[in-house]
Amino acid sequence: MATAKTYDPELLQAQRRRRETRRLLRGVGLHLLLIAILGVMLYPVIWMVFSAFRPEAEIFGDMGFIPTTWTLDNFIRGWQLYGNLTFTQFYINSFVLCALAIVGNLIACSMAAYAFARLEFRGKWFLFAIMLGTMMLPIHVQLIPQYIFFLNIGWVNTILPLIVPKFLAHDAFFIFLMVQFMRSLPSELEQAAVVDGASYWQRYWRIILPLSMPALATTAVFTFINTYNDFFSQLIYLTDTDRMTVPVALRLFLDPSGGASSFGGLFAMVLVSIGPVLGFFLASQRLLTKGIATQGFK
Amino acid sequence: MASVTLQNLTKTYAGGSLRAVNGVSLDVEDGEFLVLVGPSGCGKSTALRMIAGLEEISDGAVWIGDDFVNDTHPKDRDIAMVFQSYALYPHMTVYDNIAFPLQIAKLPKAEIDKRVQEAARILELDAYLKRRPGQLSGGQRQRVAMGRAIVRQPAVFLMDEPLSNLDAKLRVQMRAEIASLQHRLGVTTIYVTHDQVEALTMGHRVALLKDGVLQQVDTPSNIYNKPRNTFVAAFIGSPTMNLYWAELEGQGDTLAVRLGSHLLKMPAQSRAEHAGLSRYAGKRIIVGIRPEDIVEASTVQQADPDDCITAQVSLVEALGSDVIVHLGIDAQAAEIRSSDSLDEIKAEAGKSRCVARFTAKSDVRLGQTVTVRLDTGRMHFFDGETGLSILL
Repeated sequence: MATAKTYDPELLQAQRRRRETRRLLRGVGLHLLLIAILGVMLYPVIWMVFSAFRPEAEIFGDMGFIPTTWTLDNFIRGWQLYGNLTFTQFYINSFVLCALAIVGNLIACSMAAYAFARLEFRGKWFLFAIMLGTMMLPIHVQLIPQYIFFLNIGWVNTILPLIVPKFLAHDAFFIFLMVQFMRSLPSELEQAAVVDGASYWQRYWRIILPLSMPALATTAVFTFINTYNDFFSQLIYLTDTDRMTVPVALRLFLDPSGGASSFGGLFAMVLVSIGPVLGFFLASQRLLTKGIATQGFK
Repeated sequence: MASVTLQNLTKTYAGGSLRAVNGVSLDVEDGEFLVLVGPSGCGKSTALRMIAGLEEISDGAVWIGDDFVNDTHPKDRDIAMVFQSYALYPHMTVYDNIAFPLQIAKLPKAEIDKRVQEAARILELDAYLKRRPGQLSGGQRQRVAMGRAIVRQPAVFLMDEPLSNLDAKLRVQMRAEIASLQHRLGVTTIYVTHDQVEALTMGHRVALLKDGVLQQVDTPSNIYNKPRNTFVAAFIGSPTMNLYWAELEGQGDTLAVRLGSHLLKMPAQSRAEHAGLSRYAGKRIIVGIRPEDIVEASTVQQADPDDCITAQVSLVEALGSDVIVHLGIDAQAAEIRSSDSLDEIKAEAGKSRCVARFTAKSDVRLGQTVTVRLDTGRMHFFDGETGLSILL
């Protein structure tokens, strides 16, 4: 026998309201907790930003955010480091280094990746395994032998140790990234080019490279960020002050011997130095995620 | 233009244990449209890729015209290929896609432009030359792929299932366009498909492959009407041919086919045309009958009761143009898995399904008992042991 199907709309409404209130309270609590953690993490950065606009003497006297006196003096003094040596020179050095590293990585890594992804040759998988193996070697293991090698050939205190390896496909990560991307391109595209008579170079240059644009963009962005932020290699290979790059030059504000350090100038220049990397990252964010996220090809 | 000759073409994998293409020998005449057809994994695409030079040849030889091309680079074979996915370069415009092979060949710009414009005109792509492939419909992309092939003016076109990515309606349209284009250009064409309708409607001849072995090469009409073995008979035709175990009884004028409990008389004309049938008297054979050769007895004037059987309708599929009717008859169905071995010709016990094609006017209903007339003159007979046709 069929039973009458009835329901109470008001009861349903009340239950729904209770559920929504509970969800809202949980959300508010979670967000408050996250904001608190974020505050702890951001405090030093925000403090540094405001300190850059504070007179030198006030910096460590006040742990609050808002300066009592606002000044741009730190920026002016910081930029004119001393004598003829200004941050203009350091930025030029950094940008030249970044530009050459990007060009080197794009050319060499894409060619190596094409070979690994598309060509058949003896020992391919062995070489590929060695290349992946180099990704797992910590930089500290390579540091001293590399330094001795570059010292012996007279390249220390030049940008060559930082640039030449890039033109020799030194960054295994980018090769790997591009190999994976190129493998996802349909092989029929290249076979069509083979039948059309295209040589290896023409297939690489006219078909594979243009289609690998997202992976190339990712490589360019990461190379810029990595090179611009690379303090350690630049510190050990670039010793003359006029050859220093921005991250190395920032160290000049501090006197490790306990003498006078210029924290105002340091904070101001750190703030300025974040600009290019942040701008580059924001401008290329769309390409970056596309390059990493591209799995298939349509 | 050129002929294409395959001699004992073989492709092996896994150290020779797997034969994707097994000793295929075939002559494609100059200007001919040959369709390579077969089920998935039968080796038809592999054979085509070997002709193109994209796949290494394990054994045998390929000749294009008078040139032995086994070791010739694809670009020097004077071929053009159309791929299943069209393989259009997505970053180039339609113009550049079509011009690409000519640019690679370093032809003068004026000549390239002339040829691209001509190809675009033939394929009605004039309005789309500045677009990218991503901005085109499936049919237009297909035409661009054709354009890239014809612009080279090659000796041979190779097409690897070029219509399989299109929807059914567009496929019918493009099928006709490709066939007429080939007719107009007269270029030797080898066309791979798994679609038997494409095979029968497009090609001058059809080559049917199974497990890498060539089963039959013939005109579409002969492939359909004179299948060489049970596999060809079962593969070509939709709905598929009905195949049953049967026995030939009697001799000479009294030759008849014992199909389950029915005894179907052979018409005098069939007896005369296929004298070899008498040799199988008393033996178990396989008979094949196409759905269109089974009609409602009521629609035939003076149907001979000896040609008729009564069966129950188990399924009715109205297609509009005609009606596909599934009947249950008491003959043993022969399910063909391989033409090479009797072991794989399975006999099913009990009632077997029989598919008939009735006219659209038919009003048969599910569960109804109908009397159907079998056109015994159009029956196919196959050796029960080898699966080969007895009539050829």
